[in-house]
Amino acid sequence: MSDTNAQSVGFVRDKMLPESAPPTLERGVVKWIRENLFSSVLNSVLTLGSIYVIYWIVAHLYPWLANSVWSASSLNECREIRDATVGPGVPSACFAVITDRWEQLLFGFYPNDAYWRPVMALVAFLVAIAPVLFVSLPRKLLWFSAASPFVMFSLLWGGSIWGPITVAVGFGVGYAAFVLLGRVAGALVSVLGSIIAPVLFWMFLAGPIAGALTAVAPIGLPFVESRSFGGFTLSVIIGVSGIVLSMPLGILLALGRQSDLFIINKVSVAFIEVIRGVPLIVWLFTAQLILGYFLPPGTTFDLTLRVIIMVTLFSSAYIAEVVRGGLAALPKGQYEGADSLGLDYWQSMRLIILPQALKISIPGIVNTFIGLFKDTTLVVFIGLFDPIGLSNAIRASTDWNGIYWELFVFIGLLFFIFCYSMGRYSLFLERKLQRENR
Amino acid sequence: MSTITDPPKPGFRLSQLIYDTRYRSLTIQTVALILLVLAFSWLISNTIQNLEALGKDFDFGFLSSRAGYDINQMLIPYDNSMSHGRAALVGIANTLLVAFLGCVTATVIGVLVGVLRLSKNWIVSRLMAVYVEAFRNVPLLLWIVLIFALLTESTPQPRDFREGGDASMLFSESVAITNRGVFIPNPIWGPNSGILIAVFIASIIGAILYRRYAKKVLFDTGRLLPMTWPALAIAIIPTFLFYFILGRPVSLEYPVLGGFNFQGGLQLRNSLIALWVALSLYTGAFIAEIVRAGILSVSKGQTEASFALGLRPNRTMNLVILPQALRVIIPPLISQFLNLTKNSSLAIAVGYMDVRATLGGITINQTGRELEGMLLLGMFYLALSLIISSLMNVYNNSKKLKER
Repeated sequence: MSDTNAQSVGFVRDKMLPESAPPTLERGVVKWIRENLFSSVLNSVLTLGSIYVIYWIVAHLYPWLANSVWSASSLNECREIRDATVGPGVPSACFAVITDRWEQLLFGFYPNDAYWRPVMALVAFLVAIAPVLFVSLPRKLLWFSAASPFVMFSLLWGGSIWGPITVAVGFGVGYAAFVLLGRVAGALVSVLGSIIAPVLFWMFLAGPIAGALTAVAPIGLPFVESRSFGGFTLSVIIGVSGIVLSMPLGILLALGRQSDLFIINKVSVAFIEVIRGVPLIVWLFTAQLILGYFLPPGTTFDLTLRVIIMVTLFSSAYIAEVVRGGLAALPKGQYEGADSLGLDYWQSMRLIILPQALKISIPGIVNTFIGLFKDTTLVVFIGLFDPIGLSNAIRASTDWNGIYWELFVFIGLLFFIFCYSMGRYSLFLERKLQRENR
Repeated sequence: MSTITDPPKPGFRLSQLIYDTRYRSLTIQTVALILLVLAFSWLISNTIQNLEALGKDFDFGFLSSRAGYDINQMLIPYDNSMSHGRAALVGIANTLLVAFLGCVTATVIGVLVGVLRLSKNWIVSRLMAVYVEAFRNVPLLLWIVLIFALLTESTPQPRDFREGGDASMLFSESVAITNRGVFIPNPIWGPNSGILIAVFIASIIGAILYRRYAKKVLFDTGRLLPMTWPALAIAIIPTFLFYFILGRPVSLEYPVLGGFNFQGGLQLRNSLIALWVALSLYTGAFIAEIVRAGILSVSKGQTEASFALGLRPNRTMNLVILPQALRVIIPPLISQFLNLTKNSSLAIAVGYMDVRATLGGITINQTGRELEGMLLLGMFYLALSLIISSLMNVYNNSKKLKER
């Protein structure tokens, strides 16, 4: 049967035709452009508008950048060089101000021969933060992270190294008290002891010990006053200390706000709302003008330190709200599950609740940190020299009077790099933690 | 024979205060309360001692004494013979002005950019991403200073507007952008203009009522009344008619170049414009991200389902996507409005006379009342934050998912 059927067909193709290419409009760049840029009238208008905007920006910026002058000692010299090379009146950036003053923008009035110290402190910070950020690094590095605050302090401020060391020993004393008393007298006494012992140590023993050791072996870098800190060094110092200190405080406040204990709850709510309701500038002026009223008569302490304390309190209130969001987003079963396992409050928080809540709130926490880092520029208003304050100071000198955009570009770019990389890290962390969840 | 006896009732022991969960919370709270009271009394006693040492007292009487300084931008009448309290009110009005303007424009920018960033158009979405990242990652202070410098350095001086100068006014000789600010026509409210305003407000209310009515008809009967055009007509036409019936009560006073500066018209100082533009662009970038997240949070199935029901794209947007997206958008939007309001205190960078500059700046410097001034300033911002957030929470509750 099949034979006869086969016979009846006039023509059977026994070879595949070669595939012909799709029509020009439906392939490659043309297709992409048609679908992505000109799919409708509105889209075409938008595309042309954006191209015009980009053209306008480039047309204004390119000559300015291309004709830039990189070495000169004053704005007038810059203009002379420009007139000689590209002709008068042509837009030209004078980045010579950056090559002339970049050290000041980065280090403020830090002594010239000691610029290696902030750099080394930054390196120490990066090494210390690396094992916290990336789990794949060896865990032993965490010991360095614990020691790094003291290392960074002695690098930045200098002075005798025995001061920071005795402060660090205080923490060791606290831990020893915790372990020893825990064996003898039970949990509560050991917790109290671990708080009281180091405080007593710092109040009565640390000073004399450090003094004696300094007298015996005066090791240490020359002391640098905080007044000479400035530029990005100052921004990074305020930003990093604010970030590191506000995190634990913020978590405690969030737990306080979620707590059933009436007084603790109300105190946390009041603190958070008051801090968040008032702008940072007002808090900084408070630190500058009226903090002295609240302290015992005759107390004065460093303005930089006051600013760090204020910035820490400020951002801890924001962190608290972010973490509270994370705590509220956890299903109630997690709390009940932790309770039914017989864990006490701190155990359940530490082992069950906070790891999950913090994971949920990572984006918000990083956003708060970015905001905090950007807000460090506000210290210019209470007389500290952050990059923007220094740019004003540079403009006030006769050499660079009238220079704006080059300084703004440099400062903006540095902040952008810092903040953008923080944002990228938070995305990386989110993605990594999400994958572990599947 | 076994008898069940009650376990011996232990008397109350002191250690129960710590180890018994029934009493522990009370113990902790009592201790916390005592510490709190101690801390506050320590702070207050320090303050009293310090004030005594300086020979100062705690008194708000300075608010009614003569201020003696000028304010260059004001919404309510003020001159330097008025009181410090009045100067503070002028500052408050200026803060509210820039915060309100900023919130409106930031929302407009944010919604536009957020939607455009989701567009399939590659160039547009890239451009918007660049805008958002640039503004989110650079300090607001830098933007304010930069825009202020842009306004003062690269705009023409008033004298360039003279005959033969290289600058000219915009919009048929009515708007002049100079390095001393932007001059716009000033409306002169003649007699009967009160009636005109009343008519305008009434017609806006009428338009809203019409929309409600059309919606009710739609939901009750399924009959679709035209909404946009009639509502617009109701809102605009009566005002127009009355404008001519009443004999043009409102006229415009144009800025005219006289001497070294423009005379007449309304001068928007560069400080206000720089602050306003920078706040709107900066907060707009954040709002754009919020709007984008909100729209992305509505699952694609919702769009597909409403298409399957036969809804057209714009009705899908209005009736299905937006109501759900708004629920996600509004809470963070509130906090952005609050941020903008608080960030308006950066006016200090450009010399805009907001409440921080009058009450928290010049008044404090002149009277030496730091404690009282900062306290009032803080209370003002706190009250403003609480009011805005409670108003927006009312709105949020009306949009929230109603679970029954």
